[in-house]
Amino acid sequence: MSAPRVGLAGAAAALIARDLRLALRRAGDTLQPLGFFLVVTTLFPLALDPQLSLLRDIAPAALWVGALLSSLLALDLLFREDAHDGTLEQLALCGLPFQLLLLAKTAVHWLLTGLPLVLIAPLSAIALGAPYRSMPGILAALLLGTVALSLIGAVGAGLTMSVKRNGSLLALLVLPLAVPVLIFGARATALAIAGEPLAAPLYLLAAIAVLAATLAPLALAAAVRIGLE
Amino acid sequence: MNELTADNLQLWRGEQHVLRGVGVVVDGGQCLQVTGANGAGKTTLLRALCGLTPLDAGRICWRGSDIAIDREAFHSELNYLGHDNGLKADLTAAENLHYAAALRRPVRAPQIAAALAHTGMAEVAGQLLRRLSAGQRRRVALARLVLTGGALWVLDEPGSNLDASGQAVLLGLLQQHLAAGGAAVVATHQGLDLPAAQLRSLTLQ
Repeated sequence: MSAPRVGLAGAAAALIARDLRLALRRAGDTLQPLGFFLVVTTLFPLALDPQLSLLRDIAPAALWVGALLSSLLALDLLFREDAHDGTLEQLALCGLPFQLLLLAKTAVHWLLTGLPLVLIAPLSAIALGAPYRSMPGILAALLLGTVALSLIGAVGAGLTMSVKRNGSLLALLVLPLAVPVLIFGARATALAIAGEPLAAPLYLLAAIAVLAATLAPLALAAAVRIGLE
Repeated sequence: MNELTADNLQLWRGEQHVLRGVGVVVDGGQCLQVTGANGAGKTTLLRALCGLTPLDAGRICWRGSDIAIDREAFHSELNYLGHDNGLKADLTAAENLHYAAALRRPVRAPQIAAALAHTGMAEVAGQLLRRLSAGQRRRVALARLVLTGGALWVLDEPGSNLDASGQAVLLGLLQQHLAAGGAAVVATHQGLDLPAAQLRSLTLQ
Protein backbone atom coordinates (compact mmCIF):
# COMPACT_ATOMS: atom_id res chain seq x y z
CA MET A 1 0.00 0.00 0.00
CA SER A 2 2.96 2.31 0.33
CA ALA A 3 3.03 4.58 -2.69
CA PRO A 4 6.03 6.79 -3.45
CA ARG A 5 5.99 9.88 -1.29
CA VAL A 6 6.58 13.44 -2.31
CA GLY A 7 9.41 15.31 -0.68
CA LEU A 8 8.91 18.25 1.60
CA ALA A 9 10.30 20.67 -0.97
CA GLY A 10 7.83 19.50 -3.62
CA ALA A 11 4.91 19.72 -1.22
CA ALA A 12 5.90 23.18 -0.01
CA ALA A 13 6.32 24.37 -3.60
CA ALA A 14 2.86 23.06 -4.47
CA LEU A 15 1.38 24.78 -1.43
CA ILE A 16 3.01 28.08 -2.38
CA ALA A 17 1.81 27.67 -5.98
CA ARG A 18 -1.72 26.99 -4.74
CA ASP A 19 -1.83 30.06 -2.52
CA LEU A 20 -0.36 32.27 -5.23
CA ARG A 21 -2.95 31.03 -7.68
CA LEU A 22 -5.72 31.71 -5.18
CA ALA A 23 -4.30 35.19 -4.59
CA LEU A 24 -4.28 35.83 -8.32
CA ARG A 25 -7.96 34.88 -8.52
CA ARG A 26 -8.66 37.55 -5.91
CA ALA A 27 -6.33 40.20 -7.20
CA GLY A 28 -8.44 42.94 -5.59
CA ASP A 29 -8.00 41.58 -2.08
CA THR A 30 -4.37 40.81 -2.75
CA LEU A 31 -3.48 44.31 -3.85
CA GLN A 32 -5.25 46.04 -0.97
CA PRO A 33 -2.32 46.13 1.51
CA LEU A 34 -0.05 47.48 -1.19
CA GLY A 35 -2.49 50.19 -2.16
CA PHE A 36 -2.91 51.04 1.50
CA PHE A 37 0.84 51.49 1.93
CA LEU A 38 1.13 53.65 -1.15
CA VAL A 39 -1.79 55.88 -0.21
CA VAL A 40 -0.85 56.33 3.45
CA THR A 41 2.78 57.16 2.76
CA THR A 42 1.95 59.61 -0.02
CA LEU A 43 -0.71 61.34 2.09
CA PHE A 44 1.94 62.67 4.47
CA PRO A 45 3.60 65.01 1.98
CA LEU A 46 0.16 66.33 1.03
CA ALA A 47 -0.87 67.00 4.61
CA LEU A 48 2.41 68.55 5.77
CA ASP A 49 4.18 71.77 4.94
CA PRO A 50 6.12 71.14 1.76
CA GLN A 51 9.50 71.60 3.43
CA LEU A 52 12.04 69.01 2.43
CA SER A 53 13.70 68.90 5.84
CA LEU A 54 10.38 68.25 7.60
CA LEU A 55 9.43 65.51 5.15
CA ARG A 56 12.79 63.84 5.54
CA ASP A 57 12.40 63.89 9.30
CA ILE A 58 9.09 62.07 9.22
CA ALA A 59 9.91 59.79 6.27
CA PRO A 60 11.24 56.87 8.36
CA ALA A 61 8.20 56.89 10.63
CA ALA A 62 5.75 57.15 7.74
CA LEU A 63 7.41 54.34 5.77
CA TRP A 64 7.63 51.95 8.68
CA VAL A 65 4.24 52.55 10.22
CA GLY A 66 2.82 52.13 6.72
CA ALA A 67 4.73 48.88 6.21
CA LEU A 68 3.68 47.55 9.61
CA LEU A 69 -0.02 48.29 9.11
CA SER A 70 -0.08 47.02 5.55
CA SER A 71 1.54 43.76 6.66
CA LEU A 72 -1.16 43.49 9.32
CA LEU A 73 -3.96 44.01 6.80
CA ALA A 74 -3.35 40.77 4.94
CA LEU A 75 -2.65 38.65 8.03
CA ASP A 76 -6.28 38.23 8.90
CA LEU A 77 -6.83 36.01 5.87
CA LEU A 78 -3.62 34.02 6.16
CA PHE A 79 -5.05 30.98 7.95
CA ARG A 80 -8.67 31.76 8.59
CA GLU A 81 -10.10 30.56 5.32
CA ASP A 82 -7.98 27.42 5.32
CA ALA A 83 -9.16 26.68 8.85
CA HIS A 84 -12.75 27.22 7.77
CA ASP A 85 -12.78 24.99 4.68
CA GLY A 86 -10.78 22.15 6.22
CA THR A 87 -7.66 22.46 4.08
CA LEU A 88 -5.61 23.31 7.17
CA GLU A 89 -6.63 19.96 8.72
CA GLN A 90 -5.51 18.22 5.57
CA LEU A 91 -2.22 20.06 5.85
CA ALA A 92 -1.82 19.01 9.47
CA LEU A 93 -2.52 15.38 8.57
CA CYS A 94 -0.48 14.97 5.42
CA GLY A 95 2.50 13.45 7.20
CA LEU A 96 4.98 16.23 6.45
CA PRO A 97 6.46 18.57 9.07
CA PHE A 98 3.58 20.93 9.84
CA GLN A 99 5.74 23.84 10.96
CA LEU A 100 7.57 23.89 7.63
CA LEU A 101 4.34 23.80 5.63
CA LEU A 102 3.08 26.73 7.69
CA LEU A 103 6.39 28.47 7.02
CA ALA A 104 5.65 28.02 3.31
CA LYS A 105 2.28 29.71 3.82
CA THR A 106 4.03 32.53 5.66
CA ALA A 107 6.41 32.85 2.73
CA VAL A 108 3.37 33.44 0.53
CA HIS A 109 2.27 36.24 2.84
CA TRP A 110 5.68 37.86 2.40
CA LEU A 111 5.67 37.31 -1.37
CA LEU A 112 2.29 39.05 -1.61
CA THR A 113 2.76 41.90 0.86
CA GLY A 114 6.45 42.24 1.83
CA LEU A 115 8.19 41.87 -1.49
CA PRO A 116 5.84 44.11 -3.53
CA LEU A 117 6.05 46.67 -0.75
CA VAL A 118 9.85 46.70 -1.02
CA LEU A 119 9.51 47.11 -4.77
CA ILE A 120 7.19 50.12 -4.62
CA ALA A 121 8.78 51.69 -1.52
CA PRO A 122 11.13 53.89 -3.62
CA LEU A 123 8.05 55.67 -4.92
CA SER A 124 6.88 56.50 -1.40
CA ALA A 125 10.41 57.32 -0.28
CA ILE A 126 10.80 59.84 -3.08
CA ALA A 127 7.43 61.36 -2.26
CA LEU A 128 8.74 61.80 1.28
CA GLY A 129 11.83 63.58 0.06
CA ALA A 130 14.39 60.84 0.55
CA PRO A 131 17.47 61.38 -1.63
CA TYR A 132 18.25 58.78 -4.31
CA ARG A 133 21.49 57.74 -2.66
CA SER A 134 19.52 56.55 0.38
CA MET A 135 17.45 54.03 -1.61
CA PRO A 136 19.71 50.97 -1.19
CA GLY A 137 19.74 51.42 2.57
CA ILE A 138 15.98 51.98 2.80
CA LEU A 139 15.23 48.94 0.64
CA ALA A 140 17.65 46.69 2.54
CA ALA A 141 16.01 47.67 5.81
CA LEU A 142 12.52 47.10 4.42
CA LEU A 143 13.54 43.76 2.93
CA LEU A 144 14.73 42.45 6.31
CA GLY A 145 11.95 44.15 8.22
CA THR A 146 9.09 42.80 6.14
CA VAL A 147 10.44 39.25 6.47
CA ALA A 148 10.43 39.64 10.24
CA LEU A 149 6.96 41.24 10.19
CA SER A 150 5.47 38.38 8.15
CA LEU A 151 6.92 35.78 10.52
CA ILE A 152 5.84 37.56 13.70
CA GLY A 153 2.44 38.32 12.24
CA ALA A 154 1.85 34.73 11.17
CA VAL A 155 2.07 33.56 14.79
CA GLY A 156 -0.61 36.08 15.73
CA ALA A 157 -2.73 35.01 12.77
CA GLY A 158 -2.39 31.38 13.84
CA LEU A 159 -3.46 32.19 17.39
CA THR A 160 -6.51 34.18 16.33
CA MET A 161 -7.61 32.18 13.28
CA SER A 162 -10.62 30.65 14.99
CA VAL A 163 -11.77 33.93 16.57
CA LYS A 164 -14.50 35.72 14.69
CA ARG A 165 -13.83 39.39 13.95
CA ASN A 166 -10.23 38.93 14.95
CA GLY A 167 -8.83 42.10 13.39
CA SER A 168 -8.34 44.18 16.53
CA LEU A 169 -7.22 41.21 18.62
CA LEU A 170 -4.66 40.39 15.98
CA ALA A 171 -3.37 43.97 16.03
CA LEU A 172 -3.13 43.93 19.83
CA LEU A 173 -1.13 40.70 19.73
CA VAL A 174 1.17 41.48 16.85
CA LEU A 175 1.92 45.20 17.12
CA PRO A 176 3.79 45.07 20.47
CA LEU A 177 5.93 42.20 19.17
CA ALA A 178 6.69 44.18 16.04
CA VAL A 179 8.00 47.20 17.96
CA PRO A 180 11.70 46.18 17.71
CA VAL A 181 11.35 45.86 13.94
CA LEU A 182 9.78 49.30 13.83
CA ILE A 183 12.51 50.88 15.97
CA PHE A 184 15.49 49.45 14.10
CA GLY A 185 13.85 49.76 10.72
CA ALA A 186 13.02 53.42 11.21
CA ARG A 187 16.49 54.06 12.63
CA ALA A 188 18.16 52.42 9.62
CA THR A 189 15.97 54.46 7.29
CA ALA A 190 16.78 57.70 9.12
CA LEU A 191 20.50 56.97 8.91
CA ALA A 192 20.21 56.14 5.22
CA ILE A 193 18.45 59.42 4.53
CA ALA A 194 21.05 61.33 6.54
CA GLY A 195 23.78 59.58 4.55
CA GLU A 196 25.37 58.02 7.63
CA PRO A 197 26.53 54.40 8.09
CA LEU A 198 23.55 52.21 8.88
CA ALA A 199 25.16 48.81 9.38
CA ALA A 200 24.27 48.58 13.07
CA PRO A 201 20.47 48.76 12.79
CA LEU A 202 20.59 46.61 9.63
CA TYR A 203 22.44 43.86 11.50
CA LEU A 204 19.93 44.07 14.30
CA LEU A 205 17.07 43.81 11.80
CA ALA A 206 18.77 40.80 10.24
CA ALA A 207 19.15 39.25 13.68
CA ILE A 208 15.46 39.75 14.40
CA ALA A 209 14.55 38.21 11.03
CA VAL A 210 16.75 35.16 11.67
CA LEU A 211 15.44 34.75 15.19
CA ALA A 212 11.85 35.00 13.93
CA ALA A 213 12.53 32.50 11.14
CA THR A 214 13.89 30.06 13.71
CA LEU A 215 11.28 30.37 16.42
CA ALA A 216 8.12 31.48 14.62
CA PRO A 217 7.48 28.16 12.80
CA LEU A 218 7.45 26.26 16.09
CA ALA A 219 5.16 28.74 17.81
CA LEU A 220 3.03 28.88 14.68
CA ALA A 221 2.55 25.11 14.48
CA ALA A 222 1.63 24.96 18.17
CA ALA A 223 -0.82 27.86 17.79
CA VAL A 224 -2.51 26.41 14.72
CA ARG A 225 -2.80 22.94 16.29
CA ILE A 226 -4.61 24.51 19.23
CA GLY A 227 -6.89 26.27 16.79
CA LEU A 228 -7.64 22.99 15.01
CA GLU A 229 -8.70 21.18 18.19
CA MET B 1 -2.69 -8.06 12.90
CA ASN B 2 -4.41 -5.19 14.63
CA GLU B 3 -3.70 -2.11 12.61
CA LEU B 4 -5.33 0.51 14.76
CA THR B 5 -5.93 0.05 18.46
CA ALA B 6 -7.01 2.48 21.08
CA ASP B 7 -7.86 1.79 24.65
CA ASN B 8 -9.49 3.69 27.43
CA LEU B 9 -9.73 6.99 25.59
CA GLN B 10 -10.82 9.79 27.91
CA LEU B 11 -11.62 13.30 26.86
CA TRP B 12 -13.22 16.18 28.71
CA ARG B 13 -14.65 19.26 27.12
CA GLY B 14 -14.95 21.66 30.02
CA GLU B 15 -17.47 20.02 32.35
CA GLN B 16 -18.55 17.50 29.76
CA HIS B 17 -17.03 14.02 29.73
CA VAL B 18 -17.16 13.34 25.99
CA LEU B 19 -15.13 10.17 25.57
CA ARG B 20 -15.54 7.87 28.53
CA GLY B 21 -13.11 4.99 28.23
CA VAL B 22 -13.68 4.27 24.54
CA GLY B 23 -11.73 1.38 23.05
CA VAL B 24 -11.16 0.74 19.36
CA VAL B 25 -9.68 -2.20 17.46
CA VAL B 26 -9.52 -2.23 13.67
CA ASP B 27 -7.65 -4.83 11.61
CA GLY B 28 -6.49 -4.53 8.04
CA GLY B 29 -9.42 -5.21 5.70
CA GLN B 30 -11.91 -4.15 8.34
CA CYS B 31 -14.20 -1.21 8.72
CA LEU B 32 -15.26 0.15 12.09
CA GLN B 33 -18.61 1.84 11.94
CA VAL B 34 -19.07 4.42 14.67
CA THR B 35 -22.66 5.25 15.48
CA GLY B 36 -24.35 7.25 18.19
CA ALA B 37 -26.82 10.04 18.70
CA ASN B 38 -25.97 13.60 17.69
CA GLY B 39 -23.52 14.99 20.18
CA ALA B 40 -22.41 11.54 21.35
CA GLY B 41 -18.83 12.33 20.38
CA LYS B 42 -18.39 10.60 17.02
CA THR B 43 -16.51 13.46 15.44
CA THR B 44 -14.48 13.98 18.59
CA LEU B 45 -13.49 10.32 18.59
CA LEU B 46 -12.50 10.42 14.92
CA ARG B 47 -10.47 13.58 15.37
CA ALA B 48 -8.79 12.08 18.41
CA LEU B 49 -7.93 8.95 16.43
CA CYS B 50 -6.28 11.16 13.80
CA GLY B 51 -4.27 12.94 16.46
CA LEU B 52 -6.00 16.28 15.86
CA THR B 53 -7.58 16.48 19.29
CA PRO B 54 -5.35 15.75 22.28
CA LEU B 55 -6.67 13.22 24.78
CA ASP B 56 -6.82 13.49 28.54
CA ALA B 57 -5.97 9.81 28.91
CA GLY B 58 -5.62 6.73 26.76
CA ARG B 59 -3.31 5.55 24.06
CA ILE B 60 -3.73 5.13 20.31
CA CYS B 61 -1.46 2.73 18.47
CA TRP B 62 -0.96 2.27 14.76
CA ARG B 63 0.73 -1.00 13.82
CA GLY B 64 1.78 -1.44 17.42
CA SER B 65 3.46 1.92 17.97
CA ASP B 66 2.00 4.92 19.74
CA ILE B 67 0.87 7.57 17.23
CA ALA B 68 2.08 10.35 19.51
CA ILE B 69 5.65 9.10 19.08
CA ASP B 70 5.84 9.06 15.31
CA ARG B 71 2.99 11.27 14.25
CA GLU B 72 4.31 11.95 10.76
CA ALA B 73 4.73 8.28 9.87
CA PHE B 74 1.17 7.63 11.03
CA HIS B 75 -0.22 10.61 9.15
CA SER B 76 1.51 9.58 5.95
CA GLU B 77 -0.70 6.47 5.93
CA LEU B 78 -3.81 8.22 7.15
CA ASN B 79 -6.50 9.72 4.98
CA TYR B 80 -9.03 11.85 6.83
CA LEU B 81 -12.25 13.19 5.42
CA GLY B 82 -14.03 15.39 7.92
CA HIS B 83 -17.20 17.46 7.88
CA ASP B 84 -15.36 20.05 5.83
CA ASN B 85 -14.20 18.76 2.50
CA GLY B 86 -10.80 20.38 2.68
CA LEU B 87 -11.17 21.86 -0.79
CA LYS B 88 -10.73 25.47 -1.89
CA ALA B 89 -13.81 27.18 -3.29
CA ASP B 90 -11.78 29.32 -5.69
CA LEU B 91 -9.98 26.42 -7.36
CA THR B 92 -11.46 24.06 -9.91
CA ALA B 93 -12.15 20.45 -8.98
CA ALA B 94 -9.10 19.26 -10.89
CA GLU B 95 -6.83 21.95 -9.41
CA ASN B 96 -8.03 21.07 -5.94
CA LEU B 97 -7.09 17.45 -6.45
CA HIS B 98 -3.77 18.42 -7.98
CA TYR B 99 -2.72 20.50 -4.98
CA ALA B 100 -4.15 18.07 -2.43
CA ALA B 101 -2.33 15.14 -3.99
CA ALA B 102 0.90 17.15 -4.24
CA LEU B 103 1.11 17.01 -0.44
CA ARG B 104 1.15 13.23 -0.49
CA ARG B 105 2.36 11.63 -3.65
CA PRO B 106 3.26 12.59 -7.19
CA VAL B 107 0.27 12.35 -9.51
CA ARG B 108 -0.29 13.13 -13.15
CA ALA B 109 -3.23 14.74 -14.87
CA PRO B 110 -4.65 11.45 -16.22
CA GLN B 111 -4.78 10.04 -12.69
CA ILE B 112 -6.69 13.09 -11.53
CA ALA B 113 -9.11 12.75 -14.42
CA ALA B 114 -9.55 9.05 -13.65
CA ALA B 115 -10.25 9.75 -9.99
CA LEU B 116 -12.85 12.36 -10.90
CA ALA B 117 -14.43 10.00 -13.42
CA HIS B 118 -14.53 7.32 -10.76
CA THR B 119 -16.78 9.45 -8.57
CA GLY B 120 -18.80 10.73 -11.53
CA MET B 121 -17.31 14.22 -11.52
CA ALA B 122 -15.46 14.14 -14.84
CA GLU B 123 -17.78 16.70 -16.39
CA VAL B 124 -17.18 19.36 -13.77
CA ALA B 125 -13.41 18.88 -13.52
CA GLY B 126 -12.76 22.37 -14.88
CA GLN B 127 -15.37 24.19 -12.82
CA LEU B 128 -14.67 26.28 -9.77
CA LEU B 129 -15.69 24.46 -6.66
CA ARG B 130 -17.89 27.33 -5.49
CA ARG B 131 -20.15 26.67 -8.49
CA LEU B 132 -20.72 23.03 -7.49
CA SER B 133 -23.46 21.73 -5.23
CA ALA B 134 -22.71 20.35 -1.77
CA GLY B 135 -23.11 16.79 -3.02
CA GLN B 136 -20.78 17.40 -5.95
CA ARG B 137 -18.16 18.86 -3.62
CA ARG B 138 -18.44 15.77 -1.48
CA ARG B 139 -17.84 13.64 -4.56
CA VAL B 140 -14.73 15.68 -5.39
CA ALA B 141 -13.53 15.03 -1.82
CA LEU B 142 -14.15 11.31 -2.39
CA ALA B 143 -12.09 11.56 -5.57
CA ARG B 144 -9.26 12.92 -3.42
CA LEU B 145 -9.60 9.81 -1.25
CA VAL B 146 -9.21 7.64 -4.36
CA LEU B 147 -6.22 9.62 -5.52
CA THR B 148 -4.26 9.88 -2.29
CA GLY B 149 -5.03 6.42 -0.89
CA GLY B 150 -3.49 5.52 2.45
CA ALA B 151 -3.79 2.42 4.60
CA LEU B 152 -6.21 3.95 7.10
CA TRP B 153 -9.27 5.93 6.12
CA VAL B 154 -11.04 7.97 8.77
CA LEU B 155 -14.31 9.25 7.35
CA ASP B 156 -16.73 11.50 9.19
CA GLU B 157 -20.22 11.24 7.73
CA PRO B 158 -18.81 10.56 4.26
CA GLY B 159 -22.29 10.12 2.83
CA SER B 160 -23.60 13.54 3.82
CA ASN B 161 -25.22 15.36 0.88
CA LEU B 162 -24.68 12.38 -1.42
CA ASP B 163 -27.52 11.03 -3.55
CA ALA B 164 -28.21 7.32 -3.98
CA SER B 165 -25.65 6.85 -6.72
CA GLY B 166 -23.14 8.82 -4.67
CA GLN B 167 -23.73 6.45 -1.75
CA ALA B 168 -23.09 3.54 -4.10
CA VAL B 169 -19.83 5.12 -5.24
CA LEU B 170 -18.79 5.59 -1.61
CA LEU B 171 -19.60 1.98 -0.75
CA GLY B 172 -17.68 0.79 -3.80
CA LEU B 173 -14.62 2.81 -2.74
CA LEU B 174 -14.82 1.41 0.76
CA GLN B 175 -15.12 -2.16 -0.54
CA GLN B 176 -12.09 -1.71 -2.80
CA HIS B 177 -10.10 -0.20 0.04
CA LEU B 178 -10.95 -3.06 2.41
CA ALA B 179 -10.31 -5.71 -0.25
CA ALA B 180 -6.83 -4.24 -0.72
CA GLY B 181 -6.17 -4.77 3.00
CA GLY B 182 -6.85 -1.20 4.12
CA ALA B 183 -8.56 -0.28 7.36
CA ALA B 184 -11.32 2.26 7.85
CA VAL B 185 -13.14 4.07 10.62
CA VAL B 186 -16.43 5.54 9.47
CA ALA B 187 -18.87 7.63 11.48
CA THR B 188 -22.28 7.35 9.90
CA HIS B 189 -25.95 7.10 10.67
CA GLN B 190 -26.67 5.11 7.55
CA GLY B 191 -26.02 1.40 7.61
CA LEU B 192 -22.95 0.24 5.71
CA ASP B 193 -23.75 -2.63 3.39
CA LEU B 194 -20.57 -4.60 4.05
CA PRO B 195 -20.08 -8.32 4.83
CA ALA B 196 -20.20 -9.06 8.56
CA ALA B 197 -16.59 -10.25 8.52
CA GLN B 198 -15.43 -6.82 7.38
CA LEU B 199 -17.63 -4.77 9.64
CA ARG B 200 -17.20 -3.91 13.28
CA SER B 201 -19.37 -1.45 15.06
CA LEU B 202 -19.04 0.87 17.97
CA THR B 203 -21.92 2.79 19.48
CA LEU B 204 -21.14 5.86 21.51
CA GLN B 205 -23.51 6.87 24.29
